[in-house]
Amino acid sequence: MWSYALKRAGTTAVTLLAASVIIFAFIHVVPGDPIYVLLGDTATPDQIDALRHQLGLDQPIILQYLNWAGHVLEGDLGRSIFFQAPVLSVIADGAETSVLLATMTMIWVAIIGVPIGMIAAVRHGTWLDQGLSGAAMLMASIPTFWVGLYLILIFAAWLGWFPSSGYPSVFEGGLGNLRYLILPSLALAAPNAALILRLTRASMLDVAREDYVRTARAKGIRPWQVVRRHILRNALLAVVSAFGFTFAALLSEAVVTETVFALPGIGRLVVQSILRRDYPVIQGVILVIVVVYLLINLVVDLSYRLLDPRVELQ
Amino acid sequence: MSRVGATLWLQPFMARPIALAGLGVLLVTVLAAAFAPWLAPFDPYAIDPMIRLTPPNAAHWFGTDQFGRDTLSRVIHSARMALLIGSGVVVFALATGVPIGVLSALFPRLGHLLMRMVDVLMAFPALLLALGLIVILGPSVANAILAIGVGYMTTTTRIVYGLTLRLRAETYVEASRSMGAGTVWLIGKHILPNLVSPLLVQASFVFAFAQLGAASLDFLGLGAPPEIPSWGNMLAESRTFITRAPWLLFFPGMMIVATAFSLNLVGDALRDRLDPRFRQVFGEKG
Amino acid sequence: MLSVRDLTVSLGPERAPVDIVAGVSFGLARGEILGLVGESGCGKSMTSLAVMGLLPQPGPRVRAGQVLLDGSDVTQLQPWQRVEAGHGRMAMIFQEPMTSLNPVRRIGDQITEAVQVHERLAGAAALARARELLELVRMPDPGMQLSAYPHQLSGGQRQRVMIAIALACRPQVLIADEPTTALDVTIQVQILGLLRELCNRLDMAILFITHDMGVIAQLADRVAVMYAGRIVETAPVGALFEAPRHPYTSGLMDCMPSRNSGARRLPTIAGQPPKPSRVAAGCVFAPRCASVREACRLATPPRAEVAQGHEVLCAFPLNGGGLP
Repeated sequence: MWSYALKRAGTTAVTLLAASVIIFAFIHVVPGDPIYVLLGDTATPDQIDALRHQLGLDQPIILQYLNWAGHVLEGDLGRSIFFQAPVLSVIADGAETSVLLATMTMIWVAIIGVPIGMIAAVRHGTWLDQGLSGAAMLMASIPTFWVGLYLILIFAAWLGWFPSSGYPSVFEGGLGNLRYLILPSLALAAPNAALILRLTRASMLDVAREDYVRTARAKGIRPWQVVRRHILRNALLAVVSAFGFTFAALLSEAVVTETVFALPGIGRLVVQSILRRDYPVIQGVILVIVVVYLLINLVVDLSYRLLDPRVELQ
Repeated sequence: MSRVGATLWLQPFMARPIALAGLGVLLVTVLAAAFAPWLAPFDPYAIDPMIRLTPPNAAHWFGTDQFGRDTLSRVIHSARMALLIGSGVVVFALATGVPIGVLSALFPRLGHLLMRMVDVLMAFPALLLALGLIVILGPSVANAILAIGVGYMTTTTRIVYGLTLRLRAETYVEASRSMGAGTVWLIGKHILPNLVSPLLVQASFVFAFAQLGAASLDFLGLGAPPEIPSWGNMLAESRTFITRAPWLLFFPGMMIVATAFSLNLVGDALRDRLDPRFRQVFGEKG
Repeated sequence: MLSVRDLTVSLGPERAPVDIVAGVSFGLARGEILGLVGESGCGKSMTSLAVMGLLPQPGPRVRAGQVLLDGSDVTQLQPWQRVEAGHGRMAMIFQEPMTSLNPVRRIGDQITEAVQVHERLAGAAALARARELLELVRMPDPGMQLSAYPHQLSGGQRQRVMIAIALACRPQVLIADEPTTALDVTIQVQILGLLRELCNRLDMAILFITHDMGVIAQLADRVAVMYAGRIVETAPVGALFEAPRHPYTSGLMDCMPSRNSGARRLPTIAGQPPKPSRVAAGCVFAPRCASVREACRLATPPRAEVAQGHEVLCAFPLNGGGLP
């Protein structure tokens, strides 16, 4: 286990290193001189010279990368042109919304996707299964922003049950503010619940074909007990690991949904920074999301192995 | 494809009426795109301030937008952009993914390096990768294709790599190799023909998800220029008027859903026809 | 104890069924071991799954025939339905001990699960019974093994656990589907010995399915030879080995190394078994039969009793005096 964990952490580190090179290169390949990019186009020649020297842009590119990477490791992701503040603190401001939104979405995904996927698998081959699987495919084919706009139209504009946009922090307005996230999280949950539904169904059907399930049936256990004791747990191992990946992906998938609902999260920060040409923020967000994504993958992979008793063997 | 081959491919649709319906929707979309100028009742660009935001009526079946443009005509013309982006992304994904995947599988050393690079690209969430590329390249239709395509290049490469490894291990490939067949012969004779069916499945899924990706970019104002009619652009514009003109939201959105759903249905039907050995290469995602 | 009559298992649509098991009949008495032997694909595993009520769903189904267990009709009843209805008890062990145990649950759990259903014991009592069962199958260190996971056991030990699970059902009939095929030869001998011993001690009937004539010779009391979904010959094991009456059985035994120790190459039976969807008129074995006659291709052969307890499905059975 430990040797595997080390090896797996090693590959993650290498991937991260390679990804960091791409992310570093980003600021150099966007149109225009990085200095103008960093200072905006209102900079004076003095400022430009000062920054060029300060950033060491007169140095070889390798040194520039090492320099940048060193700053990143110290938690310095540069300064936002628009906010005139450290990028990390700008991202941190959006993190609350994004993390809460992703968490709420995953709750919907879990309570919609998993049980319905189980029902479809247990009723495999019946019209109910075909209907549920078809509905899941339909849900995966609907753009999240379209669902979002309809939710706003129906539940905010017509019925007035939920607010249509924005999100004041729970730390200021109390937990009641979570109602701002209900519609966006539902919109975001639709396609992801569909994916988890299909995965739950497929992995339960896979497990149901295993020899040990036949053994369990041979014992004379009732069908529902066979499902509960032998199929479900083994099938859910795969589903739980997909949960980790989905959560990580949600942090960036929420870009469009956050825009629709005007939520102050990381996704909307990216879009607005693109429109404002605030490149350091874009670079910082990409870096943070890739790091989070890789770390979650690593943790999910390792805990998956921890849950499986077979790994003791290795 | 021979006649026998064609019947084999039609078979999954015959057994499944809903997949056949999906095929029908796609056919209608293609026809709409091809004959848009003749099918559309009005000029999609013609502005008429007198009839701003009229609900659906006898003259304008799908109503009009905030400039008085006919929604039905714009919806029909948008089919062109949908097909252009979809096929562009598919072509890009296949044109890059197939060579990289096949060569990686045949030359393990090169393959190891290339697949590690694919892994690195896969560490970037697809939409974020697309947005980053749009920042670098600037918003345009061609760049939207490229930006979305890169995300599917990685999945296609993975799938082709997995399939080619399987094919390579098959005895007849080994046998033809031991008889001195060259790599080009091997690829042309044994690998590519076997990749056709699974790639058709992959193409339908990529086409479907490219629709959704393109709609998202359009919606964010980072895809096709706003003056070009596209379902995503129409939705982006309709946003401001959702309470006053809900029909502007309905029709373009329905078209996106209909095409993406149809493509998924077709891909699903084709996948079920695949050789079981190949089917597992398509994991939980498309 | 177990009586199977005209069991027919079919695939495909209701209108045009393809019979993979076609009218199989056999009986099994208390304390008897019946060997069901045949090539792979002859339908012997399907027969056993159909008898047990474990046919994979969706898939093959029992189209006709009857399974009587201890006097009650259990045709198409799944194991839990038999328990529910209080019918006779039947258990089964499988070919792959590696995959037949749930990898993420402890051995103890997997045995007590069966104990709970069949003996209505729970908690410590069930665990104690599981330990007893492990002792019964001669598992070394049974107390420790209760908390082990399947991957920590060897192949032979896993098969012992499978037998223990089967015994927890207190079976009157045990179906063993190639239980030793995946094991080393030395382990195979031990497991066969264990089955024989349990059969005698618990007065249990065993239906033993195998493709290996050698195993049959070692273990079985009676043999049923299956070919293309049909039982072509049934006989006491001694009579069959002494003088096989069906040409197929005879050919099968010529393929055994021990019988032809002098020959350089083992003889084979020419051709392939027919696909169940392409069974022609007449005898199913006719296309491959060395002593085929014109009549064999025209009419289905009758079932003939050539000696006491020796039946053969052949119009022209081989001479009873042994092979020339």
